[in-house]
Amino acid sequence: MKYKVNEKGYYGDFGGAYIPEMLYPNVEELRQNYLKIIDDADFQKEFHQLLKDYVGRPSPLYLAKRYSERYGANIFLKREDLNHTGAHKINNTIGQILLAEKLGKKRIIAETGAGQHGVATATVCALRNLECVIYMGEVDIERQAPNVARMKMLGAKVVPASSGSKTLKDATNEAMRDWINNPVDTHYIIGSVVGPHPYPDMVAIFQSIISEETKKQLSEQTGSDQPDYVLACVGGGSNAMGMFYHFMDNENVKLIAVEAAGKGVSSGFSAATTYLGKEGVLHGSRSILMQTPDGQVVEPHSVSAGLDYPGIGPQHAHLFKTGRGQYVSITDEESLDAGLLCTQLEGIIPAIESAHALAYLEKMEFKGGENVVVCLSGRGDKDLDTYIKYFNL
Amino acid sequence: MNRIKQLFQEKKNILSIYYTAGYPNTGDTLQIAEALEKSGADMLEIGFPYSDPVADGPVIQASSKQSLDQGMTLKLLFEQLKDLRKKVSIPVLLMGYVNPVLQFGVEKFCEACAEVGVDGCIVPDLPMVEYEEFYKDCFEKHHLSNVFLITPQTAEERIHKIDGLTNGFIYLLSSSATTGKNLEVGDTTEAYFSRIKNLNLKNPTMIGFGISDKQTFDKACSYANGAIIGTAFVKAIADGNLKESVSTFTKKFKA
Repeated sequence: MKYKVNEKGYYGDFGGAYIPEMLYPNVEELRQNYLKIIDDADFQKEFHQLLKDYVGRPSPLYLAKRYSERYGANIFLKREDLNHTGAHKINNTIGQILLAEKLGKKRIIAETGAGQHGVATATVCALRNLECVIYMGEVDIERQAPNVARMKMLGAKVVPASSGSKTLKDATNEAMRDWINNPVDTHYIIGSVVGPHPYPDMVAIFQSIISEETKKQLSEQTGSDQPDYVLACVGGGSNAMGMFYHFMDNENVKLIAVEAAGKGVSSGFSAATTYLGKEGVLHGSRSILMQTPDGQVVEPHSVSAGLDYPGIGPQHAHLFKTGRGQYVSITDEESLDAGLLCTQLEGIIPAIESAHALAYLEKMEFKGGENVVVCLSGRGDKDLDTYIKYFNL
Repeated sequence: MNRIKQLFQEKKNILSIYYTAGYPNTGDTLQIAEALEKSGADMLEIGFPYSDPVADGPVIQASSKQSLDQGMTLKLLFEQLKDLRKKVSIPVLLMGYVNPVLQFGVEKFCEACAEVGVDGCIVPDLPMVEYEEFYKDCFEKHHLSNVFLITPQTAEERIHKIDGLTNGFIYLLSSSATTGKNLEVGDTTEAYFSRIKNLNLKNPTMIGFGISDKQTFDKACSYANGAIIGTAFVKAIADGNLKESVSTFTKKFKA
């Protein structure tokens, strides 16, 4: 349990709850109750039932034959793209909506970038008949129109964040402001392993189903539950944390986290946080973030809206700093090319986020026969416009 | 004696004004401080801007953005305040978010505050436990008061803990809200203010958030040692005609 959160809410030097007093009662209520609620047998039963019948879990662990031939290793894809709503995000929203109900909350708020977390939140709110307000940057609302429409169909109110850069970071600020102004009846479903403690831990626990299943499936398929490598993309880092979770304490398993280099790490248009960032505080926790020397948060860039975030979760910062995880980056172009390659080799159109993880396979060297698991965190339907433009389809 | 302590010993109905450093123009910071003191403000809170001010509403957020876009930094602020104590004698606090302080360096920040004659700080997203463990010694070494916020939802036990940890005043939020909401003093707010008053805290209290006119100011003063005005002032000086707007604004409250 070397890499898990300690009783003060820290992962090594990172984590904590850097929040204004107005948020303290909300966050403290969560902190005192989240483990108790999650560990409760009835909660577990309902959570797993919904994951099975509603989300469609377990998601397959698929041995990708043509990829394996290409790279000379056994490449397994963990198919989170096959989940209801098209990505891993729903694992967390199912967990948090059940938790919000146990806390007696009547109203749900969330932030969203590309809209995947917004859709996953609006979906569970429809399912459980709870009021839902989604904050989304004005810029993202324009470039992700289909997801905005989905959220509206699901009954959510989509509120444009018009401050700052009008993207994910600002949507998160607006959601926090909403929570400050509605301290009693509202639960804030944060979509990634970021935010004040206990959010990073709570979201990681809900997403850890990914590695829990992977271990079991890998064992059934290969006779060993220990892969040589696991790979996942990192924006805030929720699918990666879910993919790493049950492998973290086994140092034989190499953890590779793929960040978005955007137009190149030195181009000024990048989201490669561990490369460009420094330690600091963002959105309630101490972590690594992209910032000016004066401590102002820098706008990131990535072709993939889900990786377009200036920080990473505190647990990732800890894995990075201790060297337990290897943090690498992939450019916009490399990810789009990898998306097309995956489509043509395996018949799967991946989300551009997930394509970042796939793209790193091209840069790895295998001895032969290693078992490699890549988290295919989402499907690429939402990214068709970007693929069409890039490849002139 | 510490300027903050002295103020609270000598005065009631204290008028404290918040404004964003480097707004409306980068060079305005010290000039506004002087004008505020001249026109009757009792205490100042100078905000050092941050890109992601989650506890603030749209007005202060926009002023922060404008200030940053015009080139404001914490380093520049300390340069601007070099002659603060030649021109201003009332207590001055710096208010802002923790990340710029971390990047500047906590020790260096405290030193710089002491050097220019800043009396205290308000850092809303610096948690009490972190302050106690990592910042308190440094703040105290440089005779800086660290002011904490409490809201209607803050539990009594926590209020006493805050009271024990601070040595300037306690910032009483009129409601759980971001800055710039109007204060509506209904029965629940009055009950909350009375409750705090009856706790007999060792520190004086100042009520903030939602104070915008003489009426809300007086109301707040009946429950606390004074009140803090931010958003309404930032709005009032937006046009840049500082000479007139600052004194017109302050005088409304001192009538």
